[in-house]
Amino acid sequence: MSIFDIIGPIMIGPSSSHTAGAVRLGLAARAIIGGQVSRADITLHGSFAETYRGHGTDIALVAGLLGMSPDDERIPNAMEIAREQGLRIAFHTGDLGDVHPNTAQIELVSPKGTKRTVRGASVGGGSILVTKIDQFTVDFTGENHALVVSYKDQPGIIAKITSLLAAENVNIAAMRVSREARHSKALAIIELDQPAPQKSIAKISQVPSVDTVIVLPPISMEEGE
Amino acid sequence: MTITSIAELVETASSHDLTIGALVRKLEAEETGLSISQLDEKMKKRLEVMRDSVARGLQGMHSKSGLTGGDALRMAEALSRGTLINAESLNSAMAYALAVAEVNAAMGRIVAAPTAGSCGILPGVLLSVGEILDASDASLIEALFTAGAVGAVVARSSTLAGAAAGCQAECGTAAAMAAAAVAQLAEGSPHQCANAVAFAFKGLLGLVCDPVAGLVEVPCIKRNAICVAVALAAANMALAGIESVIPADEVIETMGLVGRELPASLRETALGGLAATPTGKKLATELLSHE
Repeated sequence: MSIFDIIGPIMIGPSSSHTAGAVRLGLAARAIIGGQVSRADITLHGSFAETYRGHGTDIALVAGLLGMSPDDERIPNAMEIAREQGLRIAFHTGDLGDVHPNTAQIELVSPKGTKRTVRGASVGGGSILVTKIDQFTVDFTGENHALVVSYKDQPGIIAKITSLLAAENVNIAAMRVSREARHSKALAIIELDQPAPQKSIAKISQVPSVDTVIVLPPISMEEGE
Repeated sequence: MTITSIAELVETASSHDLTIGALVRKLEAEETGLSISQLDEKMKKRLEVMRDSVARGLQGMHSKSGLTGGDALRMAEALSRGTLINAESLNSAMAYALAVAEVNAAMGRIVAAPTAGSCGILPGVLLSVGEILDASDASLIEALFTAGAVGAVVARSSTLAGAAAGCQAECGTAAAMAAAAVAQLAEGSPHQCANAVAFAFKGLLGLVCDPVAGLVEVPCIKRNAICVAVALAAANMALAGIESVIPADEVIETMGLVGRELPASLRETALGGLAATPTGKKLATELLSHE
């Protein structure tokens, strides 16, 4: 543990789990859809649903969707900034089932019309866990560099992807693969110790049956950290 | 940081003739590969955010819920009118702690220390004592490293989460961190810093986490101000040469054990304590009905 985790992070209040963590969930969702967002439907569950207005959890999620880090002083104005930028947002509260009490589900539409659903939890101290992307169960913290690869399930795809990373000496820290059914849509989250070079990303995109490759940078706690 | 106990901090710092702050900064440098000046720069940024949040809060900030705000200004005005009982650094430390905690509740920028809910205590105590001692930024930064070391030991051997152990884990730890930091600032020895840690926790063992409506406002903000007094009392007893009968590490462990024995209703669930009072419940219902 770093001393700066104790004296820090620098953040916008009032709550590391309900505000800072919510910003990071928004940032994660933004990264997963690949940047700009034009529409967001957000469902809040549990403690998020009960106290989101008082903690500014709604504002914090939108700030993250706009690309602000948890210490950005524009966070309190995120709703107005979203309106100015034409980002349409709707909030709902609901029961997402047996999930962490601080869970949000974010349905996003990009300016190009791409749709993505991201579900995640704020698990304390500003740490997050992304638990679902579209219909796929995932499990990553956003602390590492990561690749999100969607593809059609068939033998050898994962081996190809990992060997392309190995060829560039990129070390895999963690990996999770899930699929709808055998030979149907599948998703791999590959957490890396360092950013994947452009070259390997391009090659992975060209693997037959790979659909999309999303590059996720680590989700910051503070600007410039 | 690889250090796991307060005793180890004291022993290592004393044997190298370093303050606890200077020791942990050296260890952090070895671990991260960053230079001492880079680490100081990083900590200085935190010191500056602490100062900004005090200044902002003293102008009078209000939370979105409307439950809290303006008390830092009230405290500072009473202090300048001279209507308070003279308690030197305590009164300004309370005003500063209220200021930072109010800025936090109003969605302003703060440094979590160790958490957002307890963010007023360390800057309140440190900046107030720093002014009275005319301390340099360098010594304030070194004191922040000491505070961080104390918090890191608590995180490792106990917990910093109100949901796990009540407010003693958040405001209690913040008070212990602040007590050690100002004991060092006042040229206390590492051993005296450890005693300050023990005294602060002793005063706050069992403190429950019972936020009205689940918000970081009532009683959190005033609890930040009250814990400032505990921190200053702890530091002064330590500086007077008073010894803690129970060593700091055992007190810290006890905090975690006591926390586990607290019922869930008193661990940040807003189901017990002040949250469950008639007024607390009424405020919670009113706030929810606005939503």
